[in-house]
Amino acid sequence: MSAAREGAPASWEVFLRARRGLAHQHVGSVRAAGPDAALAAARDLYARRGEPLSLWVVRSDALHTASPDERDPYFAGARHKPYRYPEHYAPLTEKGPEGEHHE
Amino acid sequence: MTAPTTTPTPATVDAAAAPDEDELLAHFDALIAGGETIEPRDWMPDGYRRMLVRQIAQHAHSEIIGMQPEGAWLTRAPSLHRKSVLLAKVQDEAGHGLYLYSAAETLGVDRADLLDALHHGRQRASATFNHPALTWADTGAIAWLTDGAAVINQAPLCRTSYGPYARAMRRVCQEEAFHVRQGYDLMRALCEGTREQKEMAQDAVNRWWLPAVALMFGPPDTEAGGADARTAALGAAVSRRAMAWGIKRHTNDELRQRFVDTCVPQAERLGLTLPDPAIRWNEERGHYDFTPVDWDTYRTALGDDTHWARGRIAHRLAAHEDGAWVREAAVAYAARTDEPAGAAA
Repeated sequence: MSAAREGAPASWEVFLRARRGLAHQHVGSVRAAGPDAALAAARDLYARRGEPLSLWVVRSDALHTASPDERDPYFAGARHKPYRYPEHYAPLTEKGPEGEHHE
Repeated sequence: MTAPTTTPTPATVDAAAAPDEDELLAHFDALIAGGETIEPRDWMPDGYRRMLVRQIAQHAHSEIIGMQPEGAWLTRAPSLHRKSVLLAKVQDEAGHGLYLYSAAETLGVDRADLLDALHHGRQRASATFNHPALTWADTGAIAWLTDGAAVINQAPLCRTSYGPYARAMRRVCQEEAFHVRQGYDLMRALCEGTREQKEMAQDAVNRWWLPAVALMFGPPDTEAGGADARTAALGAAVSRRAMAWGIKRHTNDELRQRFVDTCVPQAERLGLTLPDPAIRWNEERGHYDFTPVDWDTYRTALGDDTHWARGRIAHRLAAHEDGAWVREAAVAYAARTDEPAGAAA
């Protein structure tokens, strides 16, 4: 990969909000010399159809990332903490011990 | 949740942690077997990466070179409507090339190097587009037949095992549907027109059928498809490898058959004749028979090193060189703006 020369064309990640109420979603990337050119390229490439509400471009090398394979403890939390999920508890429709006594 | 497009290649990431290669391979195989996608930062075998780069680059080059035969008719479209449609279509093809170069870059290559390889013959575009678009009807025949073939080829690639490629292909396929429909619509308009117009449509189909059926699906890779035993074994080995890795889902010949089965009824509705006297419904197989695309047929269709084949690359190279000042201007503009991203190194 080419080194990040000043002003040299770089890869930019493109995020698009397709409709009101949705989060921006990563749709792909473009290569452009600067932010204006990246936005223009993103518009031409990812917004030719529909009526997208908003576009973001972020330089690819400005993203800090983590993947489970590389940094397991980052993501290990949720699975053995079942008490974080509503399914861990009795449904609200179930009768409690008192209710059963009365029947 | 999606990894950025350009990240350090997993090879360099993994070198630091140095997990056992057998373990990595087992994990990779399990992901493939489970129908999960492989993502840019995942470990992958070198052969998988190389096969993907080769296939995605060839695909991207084909989209870019494929703009030329139809693009040549932009200034001569018969109406403003047809011109708008053709502009939109050719613009889509450029976009498909860009989606695919982006997908290839997630594998650690640079599009500048891929374009250089195309310009200097180290990589190729589909030979389909080495054929000239001689009349306006060719723009319809190309869209109906070669884009129609592309859809059949590409629909399974929406589920290909490499995530960025699959996602790019989903965008491509959505747009290809418009390409095929407008091509069919254009052919129908000609077929419902004057005798000369219908003859022009038939002539275009006569010239574009073979490139579509032979070249859009690649060389024969089964004996049933017309390859001799040795060639079939060779082609099948490559296809089998690609299928084992989940890159491809079907053999070339399976997809070719599917294409013929789709086209024959469409041609009948248009009142056009596909230029293959062997086309006949085979009750027993439940498919249309057609002249097998053997290696001789395939080579004939290639049109390698012809005037037109050389012209496609020369035109692409000229466009690249003539556009150099635009790229330089964009770099100069980005360098002088005080937006942090433009100045950050």
